[in-house]
Amino acid sequence: MNPPHPVDPIEIERSREQRVEIDLSLRGPIIHWLTGAVCWLLAGTVFAMLSSHKLTNPEFLANSPSLTFGRVRPAHLDAVVYGWLSAGSISVGLWILARLCRAPLRHAWSLHLAAVFWNVGNLLGILGILNGRSTSIEWLEYPGDTTPWLVLSFVIVMWHGVDMLRRRAPGHIYVSQWYLFAALFWFPLLYLTAQTLIIWQPVSAIAQGAVNWWFAHNVLGLWFTPVGLASAYYLIPKVIGQPIHSYYLSAVGFWSLAFFYAWNGMHHLVGGPYPAWMISVSIAASVMMVVPVVMVAINHHLTMVGHFSALRWSPTLRFVVFGAMSYTAVSLQGSLTAIRSVNRVVHFTHYTIGHSHLGMYAFATMVLFGSIYYMLPRIVGREWPSAFLIRLHFWCVAIGVILYVVVLSVGGIQQGLSLQNAAIPFLDIVRKTIPYLYVRTGAGILMTIGHIAFAISFFRVVLGKTRPEGTPTLLATPSHRPDLASV
Amino acid sequence: MNRLPIIFVGFLLTFTFAWMGLAITPSIHFRAPAPLTPPSANETLIDQGRGVYMQNGCIYCHSQQISARNFRSDQARGWGRRRTIASDYLNDKVDLFGTMRTGPDLANIGSRNPSPQWHYLHLYDPQLTSKGSIMPPFRFLFQRHKAGGPPQVDAIPLEGGDGIVPTQKARSLVAYLLSLRHDMGDPPEAFEAPDKP
Repeated sequence: MNPPHPVDPIEIERSREQRVEIDLSLRGPIIHWLTGAVCWLLAGTVFAMLSSHKLTNPEFLANSPSLTFGRVRPAHLDAVVYGWLSAGSISVGLWILARLCRAPLRHAWSLHLAAVFWNVGNLLGILGILNGRSTSIEWLEYPGDTTPWLVLSFVIVMWHGVDMLRRRAPGHIYVSQWYLFAALFWFPLLYLTAQTLIIWQPVSAIAQGAVNWWFAHNVLGLWFTPVGLASAYYLIPKVIGQPIHSYYLSAVGFWSLAFFYAWNGMHHLVGGPYPAWMISVSIAASVMMVVPVVMVAINHHLTMVGHFSALRWSPTLRFVVFGAMSYTAVSLQGSLTAIRSVNRVVHFTHYTIGHSHLGMYAFATMVLFGSIYYMLPRIVGREWPSAFLIRLHFWCVAIGVILYVVVLSVGGIQQGLSLQNAAIPFLDIVRKTIPYLYVRTGAGILMTIGHIAFAISFFRVVLGKTRPEGTPTLLATPSHRPDLASV
Repeated sequence: MNRLPIIFVGFLLTFTFAWMGLAITPSIHFRAPAPLTPPSANETLIDQGRGVYMQNGCIYCHSQQISARNFRSDQARGWGRRRTIASDYLNDKVDLFGTMRTGPDLANIGSRNPSPQWHYLHLYDPQLTSKGSIMPPFRFLFQRHKAGGPPQVDAIPLEGGDGIVPTQKARSLVAYLLSLRHDMGDPPEAFEAPDKP
């Protein structure tokens, strides 16, 4: 946890001034990164809706090669994974690091340059996919020549993170800093390994499959998860004004995650053409993920106990707590799904798509939304324009993603059970999934409305079409709030 | 904990452990033999076809792997006569195992359905061969000729007299599909665990 709260009023004032200085140092670059991220979120949403509608109406836009299902679907995946979530994670991650290290950003221009590289890389990648240059490797579809842009950008980001850690104020290192420190190294190592072994110097197809899923699973496990957990560990205590429940639980949670998560990838290939040991080791590691997940869940829950009423008024807390609960849900579901007897039924079905949205959206994206609601007003010096837009955003995406996951899980289990019965003709199974796919499109429309509300709020803050910092935009009048400065 | 170097070494070690196990070991272990002869004309066409398969994202709905008989119904559905194992993929150049079966598995589509005519019609409009399919039509891989026009070599007649002529991309894609046979060689029994009750 942070150093103990200073009680001396002069100390409190100095600490506040330091926070303001740090936030101001990040202002330009973070607005730059987040603007790109929000644009990619909207683009990714358009690709998502096109893909979803195409599955129920295959004739929709069928004459355009660029907009065929097999191109807009990976365009959706990569736009949201790299354009939106990674860029958002970089923004929030660097801001939390700067705050916890008490180290303002230096050389802001280079972080601007990194944002340009990142967005150019993503733009070239998406155009490449739409123009038929996809690598056809899931989670890694961008053509190989976009990689230098992304890598160069990330190297600059890494340098800034390490620079902040090197200049940190003496004393204890908080758990969020560990997660961010590790994530800053894990992600580029993963990306470079996968690029090298699959795209630049391809190994045999069978080895590519193993590397592919080791990479793809770890993008969630060793990049979005550490950043999401770092945000939750930082923001939940901030908003409710209480220290995290247990230091030891957070330490064991971190090390067990680092140890087990990296071995999970092969559970995407259960029943596939691989030696049994490779599959078995990943199943075992997937089940062992229960350990870090339950540690984090207990730690967050015991921190929140007695403060659940804050969910009524704090936009940040609502999104972050929703995300933290989804993290527990998606991880336990993942451990269960890895087990052979479950996997034989639900693998290859829409159930998997539901599961991945529970992780990438209900967990990672919701935590990111919450973090932005906290961070942006402090960085820009302006409040969110409207509690109504925040409420609309929350309820649309929360109901949307729950509906999405439930409907694809139910439909996917039914599809899987039917697939196991060879007496049911394949096309009958396809036909039975269609109603679920229609509901999925409906859930997507809800989430789209939420994203539009969020984008309107975001651009109004950035463009100055809202009131200056002062009274935060809350969703209700708090009955009791310990510290007005921490909403 | 307040020592950054310890954290750094720790998280690099856990990472390297899994990196060795799931990325480097398989890359060293599963080496494809170098081809003994330069690729024939047909192999070049198949390579082009694999490219068409990749650029249009076929893997997002079709897998190319057959599970064991006692694990999934793949063999009972006629998708293969035995499970596929690592050595079946030594001639593959790209990982196209897939993770979705929105459409059927294609590991052995070349032996299951060797008719190029069927594949051309199916790609042009899946409803012609598989009523109720949700696969998108790939009309942009074909040229359509009106009935009564000058006769076309290689045209595939449609109902109503029109004909379709596959482009080079469609030809190579079908050549690739017809090349997909991952169950050659040893007999099925060698690969299957005995049935469990």
